[in-house]
Amino acid sequence: MRSKQNIFYLLMLVLGLLAPWLGVYPVYLMTLYCYAIFACAFNLMLGFSGMLSFGHAAYFGFSSYVTAWLMSQQGWSTTGAILAGMLSACALGLVIGFIAIRRSGIYFAMITMALSQLVYFVCLQAPFTGGENGLQGVPRGGLGNWVSFQNDLTLYYFVFAVLVLVFLFIQRVVHSPFGQVLKAIRENETRASSLGYFADTHKLLVFVLSATLSGLAGSLKSIVLGFATLSDVLQSTSGEVILMTMLGGAGTFFGPMLGAGIIVTLQDMLSDRVGSWVTVIIGTIFVLCVMVFRRGIVGEVLHHFEKQHGVDDGSKNN
Amino acid sequence: MSTDLFGIPIQVILGQLLLGLLNGGFYALLSLGLAVIFGLLGVVNFAHGAFYMLGAYATWMLLDFFGLNYWAALVLSPLLVGLLGVILERLFLKHLYKVNPLYGLLLTFGLALIAEGVLREMFGASGQTYPVPELLQGALDVGFMILPIYRVFVIVMCLSVCFITWFLIEKTTLGSTLRAATENASLVQAFGINVPKIVMLTYGAGVGLAAFAGVLSAPIIQVSPLMGSSLVIVVFAVVVIGGMGSILGAILSGLTLGVIEGFTKVIYPEASNIVVFVIMAIVLCWRPSGFFGKE
Repeated sequence: MRSKQNIFYLLMLVLGLLAPWLGVYPVYLMTLYCYAIFACAFNLMLGFSGMLSFGHAAYFGFSSYVTAWLMSQQGWSTTGAILAGMLSACALGLVIGFIAIRRSGIYFAMITMALSQLVYFVCLQAPFTGGENGLQGVPRGGLGNWVSFQNDLTLYYFVFAVLVLVFLFIQRVVHSPFGQVLKAIRENETRASSLGYFADTHKLLVFVLSATLSGLAGSLKSIVLGFATLSDVLQSTSGEVILMTMLGGAGTFFGPMLGAGIIVTLQDMLSDRVGSWVTVIIGTIFVLCVMVFRRGIVGEVLHHFEKQHGVDDGSKNN
Repeated sequence: MSTDLFGIPIQVILGQLLLGLLNGGFYALLSLGLAVIFGLLGVVNFAHGAFYMLGAYATWMLLDFFGLNYWAALVLSPLLVGLLGVILERLFLKHLYKVNPLYGLLLTFGLALIAEGVLREMFGASGQTYPVPELLQGALDVGFMILPIYRVFVIVMCLSVCFITWFLIEKTTLGSTLRAATENASLVQAFGINVPKIVMLTYGAGVGLAAFAGVLSAPIIQVSPLMGSSLVIVVFAVVVIGGMGSILGAILSGLTLGVIEGFTKVIYPEASNIVVFVIMAIVLCWRPSGFFGKE
């Protein structure tokens, strides 16, 4: 099982490296990767810790504003602006997480939603975000003086490298003792607490981690597309990332990326053709996910595979 | 009259108080419906804002397509939307009572997206206007301020419906059955009461309340597909502040927060959008289960 997985990941890596040479539009792929990072970060909470945040657009969007503003108005370097964006998402995650983890389940979802709406209004009114227009004309910059991102291909490999690193990082986190404690808290918080683990500290940490990585996704997005807009902080973006994660399979490693791929592709293909029906289609996929396949695509495939081979190691993390 | 309070003309303050009560009435009505549904079904109804929007659209359509006036819509729209709620409960929600309550939230989120998308496709994103019913046009001069009659009517209607719902649930046999089913559904079922039917009708009623709020709002604001989606988040915050289990808590915190929001508009307008969320954050730090919560 494990070796088959490694072969699959290796294939994906090769495919990712070759993709721009196979005639796929690099900017589309880069957008897809940004959302894939976003969904992976979100999955760290929903999938591996059982916490449904309904406000992840706040970190994604706010960080994308910070990076866009620093690069277009303040002349910061790409790496500096990305790090600053992540730092701002981290701080935001710390404050919102501190408040939200006081409740769990349904309430946690509602609180994160309300607080992210607060961030939305701040972004709408703050002087540096450009209000309804957002920030446009964000330069791409480069790495120091010797690599420029003006070329789509160079930027592509940079974003792809970040995606691979985030993927490996999340694997590492989930398989670490910290990740195992998170799993224990997800399954039974009272028992984990009684074993001496500080549930709240762990929940806050994973919240901040997830927010920071979502921020990374937002920062990259504003560099790739060259703008930051209000729609990044909007409620619907929070909903989309939930859908990506659920559709692909919450609690699986590859699922969120697949989900992000499907949703981004759908939006890319349909938005100019069917107008408002995109919302209807997204809503319908939501309903289908909840009613028919709660494990998500990858989750269902793994489940099927496990049933066939009688593997039952009790772990969803593969 | 030129009385001032902290340098703000008293008329402005009274005007915002009225507006605050108006918004508070809507918050109360909507969070009441949410609380009733959550109490029995254990589902956080994200589609509540969408049903509110559908109530307003039903009102507008009844007039535009069938020539039915406001008073007919006041009865018909909640019934129609409530019926839609009943159908959706039978089709979808019914199957989710045994799984994690988060799925109910996600399902209703999806349903809300579908409703918004369909109406935007049918009638466009821009708003429709609805006339104030003839009987309630004009304003009342009560000496110290001018009262627009329709707004007063809305506040009175919101408060009466809230009171009736509270009375039904807390003081009647029907209500005690409902509360008993909330506590222990299988036991109530054993007494020969058809719990699934009660659950279905409760969802219909909660949704009907949202649609009723939608009818009331139609002449005041533009009827648009997105009118409910941001409102529902404020209502969620109201419910978190009040504590979700309590009917009275939902009503009181709805009204209070509406008034606080109104005053914020006078004192510091920039913060009026976020004041409810800020209060929610403070309350959570200080009393995590909300003012009327039991946990």
